[in-house]
Amino acid sequence: MYSHNNFIQTELWKGGPVPGQFYNFPGTSQDINAGNITAPGLYGSNRSSSPITTGTSVIGVKFDGGVMIAADNLVSYGSLARYQDVQRVFKINEKTIIGAGGDFADFQSLKRSIDQKMVEDMCYQDDIEMQPKSLYNWLTRILYNRRSRVNPLWLEMVVGGMQDGVPFLGHVDLRGRAYEDDVVATGFGKHFALPLVREQISEGRLLSQSEASQVLRKCMEVLYYRDCRAISKYSVAVSTAQGTIVQGPFEVNQNWQLATLVKGY
Amino acid sequence: MHKIQSFPEYQVPGAQHQDFSPYESNGGSIVAIAGEDYVVIAADTRLSSGYTIHTRKQNKLFQLSEKTVLGSTGCWCDTLALTSLVNARMQMYEHLHLKTMSTEAVAQMLSILMYNRRFFPYYVSNVLAGLDSEGKGVVYSYDPIGHCERTTYRAGGSAGTLLQPVLDNQIGGKDRDVKNKPKVPLEKAKEVAKDAFISAAERDIYTGDSVILKVITKDGITEEEVQLRKD
Repeated sequence: MYSHNNFIQTELWKGGPVPGQFYNFPGTSQDINAGNITAPGLYGSNRSSSPITTGTSVIGVKFDGGVMIAADNLVSYGSLARYQDVQRVFKINEKTIIGAGGDFADFQSLKRSIDQKMVEDMCYQDDIEMQPKSLYNWLTRILYNRRSRVNPLWLEMVVGGMQDGVPFLGHVDLRGRAYEDDVVATGFGKHFALPLVREQISEGRLLSQSEASQVLRKCMEVLYYRDCRAISKYSVAVSTAQGTIVQGPFEVNQNWQLATLVKGY
Repeated sequence: MHKIQSFPEYQVPGAQHQDFSPYESNGGSIVAIAGEDYVVIAADTRLSSGYTIHTRKQNKLFQLSEKTVLGSTGCWCDTLALTSLVNARMQMYEHLHLKTMSTEAVAQMLSILMYNRRFFPYYVSNVLAGLDSEGKGVVYSYDPIGHCERTTYRAGGSAGTLLQPVLDNQIGGKDRDVKNKPKVPLEKAKEVAKDAFISAAERDIYTGDSVILKVITKDGITEEEVQLRKD
């Protein structure tokens, strides 16, 4: 009965050592052939053990009646500010928005699959759209599957939208670690933006839409000042009961008058 | 066989290499105490890695049935994968046998599911609490590769080592004669569980924010939340 279910690993001792041999845990340097989860090529396995073109922080906030996700428009190549006019927040459909940090190529390949799913949704012509929780859960499974092959999609994503008319906001990372909250952030945003937003949210009370966009603006400004991988241009995706929209690009408020007082400037 | 080590020219000086580890410790603690006709299970709500707190309100207690609750902490992505697999398997059981899995059956299944990943384990600390087929409270605890032990009380997770001796003393009565062992009333079990978390939050940086406490009796499951230190 259960053997028809291929999602359950049924083979006994799978990935185990041959009797008398040692076992190398996946992810260590000697494990190229052990476990045999991904077949190695002629020169060993190629795995994304580091990201190449990267996006920095993404910030998501719930407000009374919707969700907002902001990210700047930069995709870096190491320390080079390589692509300075790239959207990193997207409208998926009328109920779902997403923002991506980490390896941008990984995200683009993932986005093609998501877009294809939206086309399929549309082809059914039944007015049923993917809701944010479904996309969020799907992403956790994709990312967890890739991390389990020790070949991760180097991403940290924020998913938002309206789930049955209620605001939804979640975070997924390269390991498939996922959680929901009223405010989430990735990368540097975790250190700089989260405290700024949490300061505005008194217990149990959500922000209004204009308060939310103001606090995001402040966050992007602080991040621009302090995160070397951020630029001053950012975009915001907004999801409400009326639908979703990507706004921007906006320019952060910047004030460098203080800079002349800094020694060595 | 070709190995990366056979090509030393690829390890160029100055080249940055970020190593990927599939595991991450996301902290969190669980306490479960079983009595004659009840079982209490509690877990904190902090999800963190290193010095970063991801969220202060992550429930780590998974209600599997009317009689069984699983507490799971450790590598959060593994917890998610494991609990959704347990849920799927419990639904399959329900459809096949037209009844809900007993706590004993869930306990055995959990051990098997975890051992299935013996060579790439779910990096989680599990404590399963429930009522057995006779209605008695019971606690099962696990190691990451599926070793299972049936007990009456257990502390697990990041502050497990801090709390277990407290439970040994307050609940197990390990300092007393065998015949003088007291029966633990529900109210005491709840108080000890709450105090345990308040104490753990003082010393363990991975435990805090709040604790969710579930009480399972034959009449159903009740839940309460107590606030903890948030620093």
